[in-house]
Amino acid sequence: MREFIQYITSYLGSNQTPGTAGNIFWVVVYVLLVFTGISLGVIAMNWLERKILAHMQVRLGPMRVGPHGLLQPFADALKLLLKEDLIPAEADSVIFWCAPFMVVLAAFTVFVVVPFGPTHAITDMNIGILFMLGVSSLSVLGIVMAGWASNSHYPLIGALRSSAQMVSYEVAMGMAVVSVILMTSLNAVGTGTLSMIGIVQAQLAQHEWFIFKFFPLGLIAFFIFAVAMVAETNRAPFDLAEAESELTAGFHTEYSGFRWSLFFLAEYGAMMAASSIAVTLWLGGWLRPFPNMLAGAGWDQLFSFIPGASFLFLAGLCFYSTARMPKHPYFRIQTIGLAGFGALLGLVGLILFIPPVRAWVQDIFWFSAKVAGFMYLYIWYRGTFPRYRFDQLMKMGWKVLLPMGLGILILTAGVALYQQNLWHP
Amino acid sequence: MTNQNTLSHVDLETPEKPFLDANELVINMGPQHPATHGVLRVILRLDGEKVLGLECVIGYLHRGVEKIGEHRTYTMFNPYVDRMDYVAAVSNGLGYCETVEKLLNVEAPPRAQHVRVILTELNRIASHQLWLGTHALDIGAITPLFYTFRDREEILKIYEKYCGARLTTHAFRIGGLQYETYAGFEKEVKNFLNFFRPKIDEYEELLTTNRIWLERTKGVGKISAQDCIALGVTGPVLRASGMKWDLRKAQPYACYKNFDFEIPIGQNGDTYDRYLVRMVEMRQSVRIIEQALGALPEGPIMAKVPKVMKPPAGEVYHSIEAPKGELGYFIVSDGSTQPYRVRVRPPSFVNLQALDLMCRGQLVADVIAVIGTLDIVLGEVDR
Amino acid sequence: MAPVATPFFFYLLSALMLVGGILVITRKNPVHSALALITTLLAQAAIYLMLYAPFVAGVQIILYAGGIMVLFLFVIMLVSIDRSIKERQFNSQWLIGVVAATALGGLLIAVYTKGASLFPGGPVTVAAEGDNTQRVASLLYGQYMFSFEIASLLLLVAIIGAVVMAKKRI
Repeated sequence: MREFIQYITSYLGSNQTPGTAGNIFWVVVYVLLVFTGISLGVIAMNWLERKILAHMQVRLGPMRVGPHGLLQPFADALKLLLKEDLIPAEADSVIFWCAPFMVVLAAFTVFVVVPFGPTHAITDMNIGILFMLGVSSLSVLGIVMAGWASNSHYPLIGALRSSAQMVSYEVAMGMAVVSVILMTSLNAVGTGTLSMIGIVQAQLAQHEWFIFKFFPLGLIAFFIFAVAMVAETNRAPFDLAEAESELTAGFHTEYSGFRWSLFFLAEYGAMMAASSIAVTLWLGGWLRPFPNMLAGAGWDQLFSFIPGASFLFLAGLCFYSTARMPKHPYFRIQTIGLAGFGALLGLVGLILFIPPVRAWVQDIFWFSAKVAGFMYLYIWYRGTFPRYRFDQLMKMGWKVLLPMGLGILILTAGVALYQQNLWHP
Repeated sequence: MTNQNTLSHVDLETPEKPFLDANELVINMGPQHPATHGVLRVILRLDGEKVLGLECVIGYLHRGVEKIGEHRTYTMFNPYVDRMDYVAAVSNGLGYCETVEKLLNVEAPPRAQHVRVILTELNRIASHQLWLGTHALDIGAITPLFYTFRDREEILKIYEKYCGARLTTHAFRIGGLQYETYAGFEKEVKNFLNFFRPKIDEYEELLTTNRIWLERTKGVGKISAQDCIALGVTGPVLRASGMKWDLRKAQPYACYKNFDFEIPIGQNGDTYDRYLVRMVEMRQSVRIIEQALGALPEGPIMAKVPKVMKPPAGEVYHSIEAPKGELGYFIVSDGSTQPYRVRVRPPSFVNLQALDLMCRGQLVADVIAVIGTLDIVLGEVDR
Repeated sequence: MAPVATPFFFYLLSALMLVGGILVITRKNPVHSALALITTLLAQAAIYLMLYAPFVAGVQIILYAGGIMVLFLFVIMLVSIDRSIKERQFNSQWLIGVVAATALGGLLIAVYTKGASLFPGGPVTVAAEGDNTQRVASLLYGQYMFSFEIASLLLLVAIIGAVVMAKKRI
C-alpha cells in the first residue's frame, strides 16, 4: 500500500506529463479528467450553440427546461438514451454497429496529446501533431462505414461526400501545419519539433505567436488551417455530408437514439480537437496573452486573477438575469435554479482565486478560452453562411487552399533560411 | 422558335454513358423530404452527383378543388381557392372574384379595388418573404428564414385584424369586399411599409453579395426566355430570363393601371437573377401599396350583386399576376347557381414543368436550389 | 519511457494483423475485406510504435489507414457488391499462388536462419526519442536523396497516368 502511495506521489514533483513520466496511475486520472472535461464541453456547446444561434436569428432558443433552457442538453441526452435504437433490416449490422464507436474513438483519442499546459497533457509524443492529424483522419472511416452500412442512398452519398472532402482538405491542412513546424526550427540548435508541447514552447522562446510570425505568412497559414478545419469537421458552410436540405441528415440518416448521440458527441469532440490544434500551433496554446511583453511577477499576478474574475462575471450575469426573471409563482423554481447556478459559478470563481489552484488552473483556462473562441466562430459561421456545393468545395480545396499552402510553405522556408543567414538571395 | 429544337435535349431515354461503369443511381427525393417544399416527389437519376434526368411525381396533395367547384355555388366556392396557394391566399381570392365578376359583368367599386390591391401586394410581399426564407434555408443559410418570418408576421397581423384569418383569409367577395377596413388600417399599413423598407436591405445584406450565395446561385438552373415560353413558365422565373411580361402591366386588372411601378427583369435566367427580380418586386410592391394608400377613395365597397348568383351561360377566362406567376381561372357557366366547370391554371404547376430542363447536367445540390427558386406550393400544384 | 508488457502487446498485435490479413482474402464482401485490411494496417502501425519508430507509425496511419484505404472504400462502395459476392473467391491460378507463397516463405526462413549475423544479438540501443523524426529526415534528404527523388518521380508518373486514364478528354 505504501509503495502504491509512493508511486502516486512520486509523480507530483515531476515537471513532465504523466505519459512521459510513465506513471500509469496519473495517466488514468488525466484521461478521466480530460474526457470528463470534453464531455462537459460538449454539453455546454450543445446549449451555447442553440442559444447563440437563436439570438443571432432573433429567437429565444430553449427556454422551457430549466432557467433559460440550461437543462435542455440533459433533457435531450435523456431522450436520446431512452429512444428506440433502430438498425435497418437491410443494413450491414456489424459495421452499422461499429461505425459510431469508430468516430468517437477517433475524435477522443486525439486529446491524448493536446497540451492544456506545460505538464497538463496526458502525454507528450515527439510526433504529437502527426499523431493528431493521423488519428483525426480516422474518423472519416467511421463516417464511410456508417454511410455504407445503412444501405440507403442518402447516407451513401453523404459518406462519399465527406470522405472526398476530408481527404482533400487534409492535404491543404498538412501544408499549413508543416509551415508551423518549420517555424519551430528557428532556434539555436536548428531543429524543429512535432511535439505539441514543444511547439508552444517554441512560441514562448521566439517571443511571438506563430500567427504573427513572418507577417503575413503565419496569418495566411492560419487562415488555410482555419478553413480546412471547418471542412474537416463537416460543419457549416462545408456541412455537405449532413446537408439536411439535400441529404436529409447525410451519413447518419438511419441512426437514432444512443448511436446517433455518439455521432453528435464525436462531431463536437472533433470540433474541439481541431480548435485545439489551431490554438496550439498558432495562438500560443496555454500561454497567457503577452507572456514576454508584459512579463514580471506583477503581471503574472494580475493575469492569474482573470480566470476567477471571468467566472465571477458569469455569476454576476446569472444574478442579473435572476433579478430580471418574472415574479410570477410559476417561475419560482426556475428563478431559484438560476440563482443556484449563479452561486455555483461564483463558488467556482472564488475557488479559482485560491493561490495554488490559481497557479494550477490558469494554463488550462487560457487554453480553453482560446478554444472557446473557435467554437464561437463555428457557431457564427453556421448562422451566417449558405452551404457550398460539392464541386465548389473541391475546387476551393485543391485549387485555392493547396497552392496557397504550398506557396506559404516555400516562402516560410525561404524567409527562415534568410533569417538564419543560411541563404543570401 | 421551335419547341422541338429547344427541348430536344430533354430526352429521358439516352443518358450519358456513366464513367467507369459506376452504377447509375436512382434516388427518390420525397414525398417526405425537407427540401421539396411539401409533398413533391422527384425521381432523380444520378451519375455520382450529376443529374442525368429527373421526373416529378405529383398528386400527393390532390383534394379535387376543381371538382368541388362544380358542386358549390359561386359564393360557396370562394373560400376553397384560398387553399390552393395557401401562402398567397389573397391573390387566389382576387383572381376568382374578378373572374366571376367578369362573368356577371359587374365591377367592384373603386374603394374596394384599392383595398384589394393593397392586400394583394401585401400578400405578394408575404409570399416572396416565405420564398426567400425557405430558398435560403435550402441553400444552407438558416438565418434569413427567421428574419423573413419575423417580418411576415406583421403582414399576417394586418390580415388578422382585417378579416380574422391569417393564412386562408377569404378577404374578398364577388363584387367587392365584405368588410370595411378597420379603424387605423391605413396607419398600420403605412407603419408596416416604413418598418419593412430597411428590412429588405437587411435581407440583401445577408445574401446579395455573399460569395457563397453568389457561387451557389449564379449560373444555376438557367432557362432561356424561349424555353420559358415553350413550357408556359410565367412570373418571376420568366422575367428573370429577360422577358418583360407582367399581367399587371400587360393586361391591367383591378386598378393597377392607376399606379406607377416598374417590372424588374433579369438577363441570365439563373437562380441569382430570379432572386434579384423577387427582391426588386418586393420593393415595387411597397411602392404600389404607398400609391394605393395615398389614392384610397371613399365610397361603397360592394357592387350591386344579386344574392343568388345566376350568371348567364357562357365561359370566361381571367388571369392575374399572382406572386408565383400567371394565375388563371376558366369558368364555364350553364346559367345555374353552380359553375359547370372550373379550371384553374396555377402558376406553380406550370412552372414545375421546367424543373427537369433546369436541372439537367447540374448537381444534386442544384436541384434543391432550383426547386426553391421555382417557388412552388404543392397545394397549388396538386389542387 | 519504460516499455509496458511488451511481449503481450507484441503477440496481441501480431495476432490482430494475422487475423486481419486472413479476413482480407476470405471475406466475400469487399467492404469487409477493406475494413479488415485497415485493422491490419493499424496493428502494423502499433508495432512500429513498439519498435520506437513513431514517425513511421504516424505516417502509416495518415497515409494508409486515413488516406489510401478511404479511397479504396470510396471506389468499392460505388461498385456493385452483389455481383462480386457471387463470383468465385479463388481463381484457377492457385498452383502458381502456392508456389509463389512457398518460395517467399522459404526465402524468409532462409534469411532468418542463415543470416542471423545480420541481426543484433541483444536489445538494441535506441536513439533518444526526440531524434527519431529528425533522423528519418536527414537520412531521406541526405544519404538517400537520390532514391527518394526517384520514388517521388515514380509517384508523379503514376498520378499523371491515373489522370490521363480517368479523364476522357483533357
